[in-house]
Amino acid sequence: MHVPDGFLDAPTSIATGVVAAGGVAFALRKARTELDDRTAPMAGLVAAFIFAGQMINFPVGAGTSGHLLGGALAAVLVGPWTGALCISVVLLVQALFMADGGITALGTNIVLMALVGCFTGYVVFRLVAAVLPKRRSSIAPAAAVGALLSVPVAATVFTALFAVGGTAPVETGDVLVAMLGWHTVIGIGEAVVTGLVVASVVTVRPDLVHGARTLVPAAELEIRTVPA
Amino acid sequence: MRTRTFVITGLLVALLVAGVGSFYASSHPDGLEYVAGKTGFLDSAEDSPTSDSPFADYQTAGVDDERLGGGLAGVIGVLLTLVIAGGVAYAVRRRTPADDSVDEPVEAER
Repeated sequence: MHVPDGFLDAPTSIATGVVAAGGVAFALRKARTELDDRTAPMAGLVAAFIFAGQMINFPVGAGTSGHLLGGALAAVLVGPWTGALCISVVLLVQALFMADGGITALGTNIVLMALVGCFTGYVVFRLVAAVLPKRRSSIAPAAAVGALLSVPVAATVFTALFAVGGTAPVETGDVLVAMLGWHTVIGIGEAVVTGLVVASVVTVRPDLVHGARTLVPAAELEIRTVPA
Repeated sequence: MRTRTFVITGLLVALLVAGVGSFYASSHPDGLEYVAGKTGFLDSAEDSPTSDSPFADYQTAGVDDERLGGGLAGVIGVLLTLVIAGGVAYAVRRRTPADDSVDEPVEAER
């Protein structure tokens, strides 16, 4: 879903740039509550993994493909604020070094994939997790539903931006129908990858999964002596 | 699994996916590009100012072999992302007192 330069006009790109900058600045403050010495390496790993995952385009029919966006995945693994930072770094590296996604469109891409992607994914994840049994095995399915919905929601937000600032005279309704249709299918792929990855991490290190924190039993207290 | 083992395993998976797996990815346009083509706004796309970057389009300048050039670009991208995101995370994290048990699964601070 990487928006290239030129799709959206300058005022819209400036506006999304301001929203993206504000969102990232706020996330830098809020991520502090999610990150400590133990979870900081996870943030780097999650970002690196999502960069890799985004390289794997899977076919979704009719000569179209989709790839992991990773917002829901990052939000469940490291928390929504840290997740938004992870996706923003991925988008920055892609725009600067891989020419994937435009430079004036970087703000748009951060808004769509980092902010909308992470927070839609995380809110849906929390809602689904709240109605499922409070077990570790509920984390991955809840994350998958969050992932499933995050993609069409991001596609809808793109369409709204296109309606406001698209440079080509194309009917918004046509764009909306096509974007929603294809990105619902892509969302299924997003859900599968997110569910599998979250399930794997929950299996080996549930304590490192931000979304599973309240389910991991507290470690027993132990007395440690400090060497004199 | 120790934290170090976990992180190294995850990183190896990411490097394999980007360095080797990416060659087998679909080369069809993604959802947005396809919709842009179908509904008629694809031509409004402009070339990225970074399109002459050595790793533009996930290839490596000067490496003709697509498998090698693509794999190299993927590996470099993964490592760049790891260093930048990890650096940001370390910079904004809460400083916890030095603890020699970081390799054990311990409950996070509440």
